[in-house]
Amino acid sequence: MTEESATNRGASARVVGDFLQRRREQISQRWADETLFRTVFTVSRDETVEAAGALVEALAVVAATGRIEDVQAPGFAGVREQLARMAASRARAGATPARIADEVAALHPSISELLTADLAEADGEGTGAHQVTLAVLLGTLRLVVMETALSAGEDIIERQRLQLLEVAIPVIKLWTGIVAVPLIGTLDSARSQVVMESLLEAVVTQQARYAILDITGVPTVDSLVAQHLMKTVAAARLMGAECIVSGIRPAIAQTIVHLGIDLGSVVTRASLADALAYALHQLGAVIVDRAATGGGPR
Amino acid sequence: MTETSGRLAACLPIRSDMDLAWVRQHVRQAAAEIGFGLVEQTKLITAASELARNTLVHGGGGQVESVVLDNGRARGLRLTFTDAGPGIADVERALTDGYTSGGGLGLGLGGARRLVHEFSIDTRPGHGTCVTVVCWAAGAPRPRKEAR
Ligand SMILES: Nc1ncnc2c1ncn2[C@@H]1O[C@H](COP(=O)(O)OP(=O)(O)OP(=O)(O)O)[C@@H](O)[C@H]1O
Ligand SMILES: [Mg+2]
Repeated sequence: MTEESATNRGASARVVGDFLQRRREQISQRWADETLFRTVFTVSRDETVEAAGALVEALAVVAATGRIEDVQAPGFAGVREQLARMAASRARAGATPARIADEVAALHPSISELLTADLAEADGEGTGAHQVTLAVLLGTLRLVVMETALSAGEDIIERQRLQLLEVAIPVIKLWTGIVAVPLIGTLDSARSQVVMESLLEAVVTQQARYAILDITGVPTVDSLVAQHLMKTVAAARLMGAECIVSGIRPAIAQTIVHLGIDLGSVVTRASLADALAYALHQLGAVIVDRAATGGGPR
Repeated sequence: MTETSGRLAACLPIRSDMDLAWVRQHVRQAAAEIGFGLVEQTKLITAASELARNTLVHGGGGQVESVVLDNGRARGLRLTFTDAGPGIADVERALTDGYTSGGGLGLGLGGARRLVHEFSIDTRPGHGTCVTVVCWAAGAPRPRKEAR
């Protein structure tokens, strides 16, 4: 871009900025009828117009500061939150990102008409250049909406991840002195820390001598997961409880062996039932099959 | 050279713990589609999990590229983990069971090699590391380049 055209562009951006400022009320009224605003702000028309007005105002500032191509322009700061909420609301209503982008683009024609009329009233000079400026500005707005929509999505994912972490790990009392923890999903470092804490607490409050860690619901046991399991077993041991790891599926067993993980110091059983039987036996409890011994109730 | 053909299935970033979950998920899906048995699937997913974590933890992040292979007799999956991290000065030592420069078990690299059919490391200290593994769907005879 030559210096001259850069100056022209700056001048054009100022003209468009003035236009937006001057016609703010009219533009807001028109935008309030567009899908993007109409479907999001449903309480009252005043509210809809006000929201549209805030956006026009922001665009006027962006244009006045000559940053029509800059998605990071400070002028957008005041409406980012509003745009994010609008995009989220449309997404919840089932609109795809492409659809939302189209709805932002649909804000262009009505405003471009107004600009043409506005400039015709004046001397009509450089109309084409100003239309280009306006198109660029609205293109930037589209990017800003997409960006806020995406980062809102990331925020949701992060929040869900934290919520998942906070889901209490259920420690189930199976018998006096025997507790079990069914592990489900990916056992990353943060999650396994929660597992360890919940288990140790239960060992103390329930005075458990045996704790069963059931990994039926853990899809992958790699060296890190194995390390977490072994640390939990060691910690429980320090508290006076013996851990039994159950639910090791055949495919996982083979993988663990190839990986070279030595679970030799850990008591393992194929199923939770086997682990319970082992723990009961160790506690000296005897399970009697009444049907087999003929001693059922009369 | 064999007339093995390849089709790029995916190229995934490895920048966070969450990405590791995606890598495992992708490998699980790709392996199932190719027709891997449950044990083969589990082995390859576990190897991928180890190598992706090394890319993230030791290599400072990178990516994995997965390619579906077909050599006429069998189908397979090739995974290439690339990072621009510190590289590995002594590959033999890194492959030794129990060797770790961090607080790990030191089983990831050597274990991954045992879990797959083909394994190679290309690394240059100061420039990065590239680990490539291949797994063939069981049932068909595996291509062996060297007899032993
Ligand atoms: N991509 C990499 N870049 C640089 N160094 C690596 C890379 N991958 C492995 N290494 C080196 O090789 C060593 C051994 O790796 P390995 O995966 O076997 O063990 P680890 O990651 O330390 O522990 P874990 O058993 O939890 O995987 C690492 O400690 C590290 O020093
Ligand atoms: Mg490792």
